[in-house]
Amino acid sequence: MPKVVLVLGDDISTDDIYPGRFMATVLPTETPQYCFADRADFNRTLKAGEVPRGGVLVAGSNFGCGSSREQAASTIKGHDLVIVARSFARIFLQNAINLGLNLVTAPQVQAGEGDELEIAGDRVLNRTSGKSFAVEPLPKARQAIIDAGGLIPFTRQRLVARAGKK
Amino acid sequence: MNMTIVQKILARAAGRLEIEVGEVVEPAVDLAMSHENAALVINQFQEIYQGTGIEARVWDPARIAIIFDHRVPAESSKTATNQMRVREFVAQQGIERFHDIRGDAGGICHQVLPEMGYVRPGQVVVGTDSHTTSHGALGAFSFGIGATEMASVWALGTALNVEVPATIKVEVRGKFRPGVLPKDLILHVIGKLTAQGANFKVLEFHGETIRDLSTSGRLVLCNMSVEAGATSGIVPPDGETRRYLRQEAGVHDPVELVTPDAGAVYDQLLEIDVAPLAPQIACPHTVDNVKPVNEVEGKRVHQIVIGSCTNGRLDDLAEAVRVLAGRKVARNVRMLVFPASWRVYRQALDAGYLAQFADAGAVVMNPGCGCCLGVHQGALGDGEVALSTTNRNFKGRMGNPKGEIYLCSPAVAAASAVAGVIADPRKGGQ
Repeated sequence: MPKVVLVLGDDISTDDIYPGRFMATVLPTETPQYCFADRADFNRTLKAGEVPRGGVLVAGSNFGCGSSREQAASTIKGHDLVIVARSFARIFLQNAINLGLNLVTAPQVQAGEGDELEIAGDRVLNRTSGKSFAVEPLPKARQAIIDAGGLIPFTRQRLVARAGKK
Repeated sequence: MNMTIVQKILARAAGRLEIEVGEVVEPAVDLAMSHENAALVINQFQEIYQGTGIEARVWDPARIAIIFDHRVPAESSKTATNQMRVREFVAQQGIERFHDIRGDAGGICHQVLPEMGYVRPGQVVVGTDSHTTSHGALGAFSFGIGATEMASVWALGTALNVEVPATIKVEVRGKFRPGVLPKDLILHVIGKLTAQGANFKVLEFHGETIRDLSTSGRLVLCNMSVEAGATSGIVPPDGETRRYLRQEAGVHDPVELVTPDAGAVYDQLLEIDVAPLAPQIACPHTVDNVKPVNEVEGKRVHQIVIGSCTNGRLDDLAEAVRVLAGRKVARNVRMLVFPASWRVYRQALDAGYLAQFADAGAVVMNPGCGCCLGVHQGALGDGEVALSTTNRNFKGRMGNPKGEIYLCSPAVAAASAVAGVIADPRKGGQ
């Protein structure tokens, strides 16, 4: 059962997730080292491999506000973390879906660190508190991209289809 | 069917006559902008073509603009190498709207796009930068996207799966009092809406105050619309838009002004009278933590920043010089000035502003994003306080999570530089 590895408040910015001073680093293989770099303790446990893969970040509303930097999504994906937030900022949400990051919008979610969360279709179940929270569907415009496994394969399919028509 | 500007623009770009809010469309892109993060876009672009046997060529090199601004000149070997890769790509793909690091052209992307006449009313503009919202000031639907999404645009020429956004109408009336500027208006709007109040929506600015506003002032409003979460800000284009394009952007071909229908349906109406508005300050660590200047007056500051895509234009520098009025920057305060582009730099040089900044003790830096994003050119020390005309005050933004950032207008920044503490520019003296 996945556990909550970090609980965050509202309006977590991309500067918090991936500070601007590391923006020259772009490769998804390299961005994970700077994940939440200014939250030194959490960053250290991530780098030490002490945070289990599939661990859950629980956040308040407007997670990922601010910059369009895609590193904010790739850095979290690199640690294979799942995000359950009350809501997401637009560009971050799109970047995360485009890269195939695992995330869920649950507007009422409540959880503490160490809680066991089960994401089951349209509900998030907090097995520790016994509470259950509704999941809001992702923007419909993005579902086709999720179904294709991310924006790169989705675009590739389009490109090949177009070339075939010529 | 009555439509907002964005509905009209997306309908045209999607080859439709009418379009409903919430529909999913695939608009043709008129202009696709990137900066140094083009290095990542290139990686993703090349990956799209992997295994397809199709040659990786951008859909239309004339519709792509790449401007180096975030880290100029390069602050590290890593950045310098990324910039090299972008130069190679630009040459190989035949992208002519490329602005490298040089003193006779270029600057911050959101200043270069309008001043070069790349942006026109009615266009669909995407950029790998959240402040791409700026270009709504010229009546374009302009929004930020990530690098992978840009790679997809480069390949296909369309923005995939765009949901037609709802629009909040912001109706502004009244005249600004002296010392109160468009920056104060947008900070006030963000304070009212909150950092997420306009998420997935567009802010469409109307009213007599907006009609009287220069394109420079409109750029301030649209630039910071994203700080309320908005997909974009937009101003209905008018005679001022036409004047700007003709006189300042050198556009001579016909310009069509796409405006909203009188009966367009809005999600929300926000009415603001600027006549009683005081200078506004966004306090740490969120942009919506906005207070009138009198509530934070007297706060000790260490670094004053004038510049950025928000407030680095000629009128911003002129206002700062006017408020400085020949006085000196206070002891133990450093004042950094970043003109938004090399054109602005040259105009400020010719007008004598740069000499006046230097005489005051300010440091005039090269055009670019400067310290706004916390990479170089003015990091904060532990516990230091910056007062800045930039657009974000998130913890760590200026290179140090132990620093504090307050956001304000150029007038407040200049008055505070002299005082050494946050000061009200309407009060004149020290």
